[in-house]
Amino acid sequence: MNVQKKNTFPKTPTGISGLDEITKGGFPKGRPILICGSAGCGKTLLAMQFLVKGITDYNEPGVFMSFEESAGDLAQNVLSLGFDLDKLKTEKKLRIDHVRIERSEIEETGEYDLEGIFIRLNHAIDSIGAKRVVLDTIESLFAGMSNDTLLRAEIRRLFEWLKGKGVTTIITGERGENSLTRQGLEEYVSDCVVLLDFRVIDQIATRRLRIVKYRGSTHGTNEYPFLIDENGISVMPVTSLKLDYKSPGDIISTGLPALDNLFTAGGIYRGSSTLITGTAGTSKTILAAHFAMSSCRRKEKVLYFSFEESPDQLARNMATIGINLQSQIRAKLLLVHASRPSLQGLEMHLLVLNKLMTEFEPKTVIIDPISSLITIGSSSEVRAMLVRLMDTLKINQVNALFTSLTQLNSSNSNDATVDAVSSLADNWINVKNEDSKGNRVRSLLIVKARGMGHYNDCQHFIITNKGIRFLTQN
Amino acid sequence: MAKAAKEKLWELRLYIAGQTPKSILALQNINKYCKEHLHGKYSIEVIDLLKNPQLAEGDQIFAIPTLVRKFPEPIRKIIGDLSNEERVLVGLNVRAMNLETKASDEKKRSS
Repeated sequence: MNVQKKNTFPKTPTGISGLDEITKGGFPKGRPILICGSAGCGKTLLAMQFLVKGITDYNEPGVFMSFEESAGDLAQNVLSLGFDLDKLKTEKKLRIDHVRIERSEIEETGEYDLEGIFIRLNHAIDSIGAKRVVLDTIESLFAGMSNDTLLRAEIRRLFEWLKGKGVTTIITGERGENSLTRQGLEEYVSDCVVLLDFRVIDQIATRRLRIVKYRGSTHGTNEYPFLIDENGISVMPVTSLKLDYKSPGDIISTGLPALDNLFTAGGIYRGSSTLITGTAGTSKTILAAHFAMSSCRRKEKVLYFSFEESPDQLARNMATIGINLQSQIRAKLLLVHASRPSLQGLEMHLLVLNKLMTEFEPKTVIIDPISSLITIGSSSEVRAMLVRLMDTLKINQVNALFTSLTQLNSSNSNDATVDAVSSLADNWINVKNEDSKGNRVRSLLIVKARGMGHYNDCQHFIITNKGIRFLTQN
Repeated sequence: MAKAAKEKLWELRLYIAGQTPKSILALQNINKYCKEHLHGKYSIEVIDLLKNPQLAEGDQIFAIPTLVRKFPEPIRKIIGDLSNEERVLVGLNVRAMNLETKASDEKKRSS
């Protein structure tokens, strides 16, 4: 019965958003953790963030022993992320010790050990009462000294000693050709190994993180994308979500009373997701804008992802049909985030969305059009991403609206987006343009609406200077 | 050459961590070499890092025992129990011959 409550052992929260979710609470407390990856994948940054967050969020002082960069360089490198190392140092919360090994000025003769490192670490740890330690990158020792056997034995002894000292230690290591690290450090760190990866697929770069091993603890096993931006590293635990979100029962408006009336409940459920499909020029964006305005009128923030138009262009175009998005942007109720789909990978878009969701706390999210994202990934990737996206929105009880461009000649069933989204979306509205006796006739059809009844016939509408107006009133 | 060597004063520091066999051996070795080759023109300061751990950072000590040649400059470090006399003397710049050949080798390489 209390299997779930049984906690395997104490953990040290990393303070890195997303990583604590994947590791179910953080790194193993008082043990060494190996972070490996190729050059430039963010090892040092992750380690530094672990230390700084430890100080600022959990009041655990930290020691950074650098075998590569000098203290000054380190401080400068992370200043742009808002980490003020000098301040933490003067507060006696952080110590940086740069171990500089110049092979040219060193002569080796006879037996020696690495007691000097032990003493320096011990002194640094005790002087500030450190709970967290980073060794970045201890493998540099192998370049500075010739006795590999001795170094291995000493490094093993160092890890054991750190364990005995009760500090949680991050050890970084460069990715080797056939092993996780060049010197096979993973043999000595048996508790937790994290692999960072930096990949370019179809000219789009994605950083990924994977927990290779976490002894005695369950953890997410997938590769998780992570982002390095002005706030440091954030990892997205995208696939750890479950189908256990709450479903509110109240009804919200779509922004068009006539459209609301097509649903028997007089609107759509809060926190539901709506898909609008249609070919080019069938006023999908206008429907989305109406939806955005209805949310703004309820004083609920709207996050609008525009993959085709700039915020200005969108606001200008909507103004011509009487939808004043600009005033809502000014009132900070509407945030339009415009970017090119090919700017970054799918996962990155999702991460950005997640970040904006936490920062802006919208009640409504619009993605216009979601089909643009399809162009940048394989269909299985896209589907996986959309599932995560929907789940994220559901968990936050955010009203979601996606538009999707369908091709003229293809039926809905073989369209990639529709295929991926339609089964996930709660409501599905299809808009159409038809030629009828030389006139263009716009019509709208509700394909599905989960949990409520809806009209089954086509509703004709026109676009006026006050937005969409339905011709057949019901 | 011998005259120049006499005028030099060797300033050495030996870093140890407690009275370990390696440290004792290193101290014995360096005392012996200095008596033989430096004829009183030297000073050896022994620093026990167990007593003064804060001194390890300044001279970038990581291995124990480490002999640091503070003077003549540039600073050089000899790590280990100093059991190989030849290498120690080269490291201390006592064997000028070796150093000169080394320097000319380097010149050849760089040119």
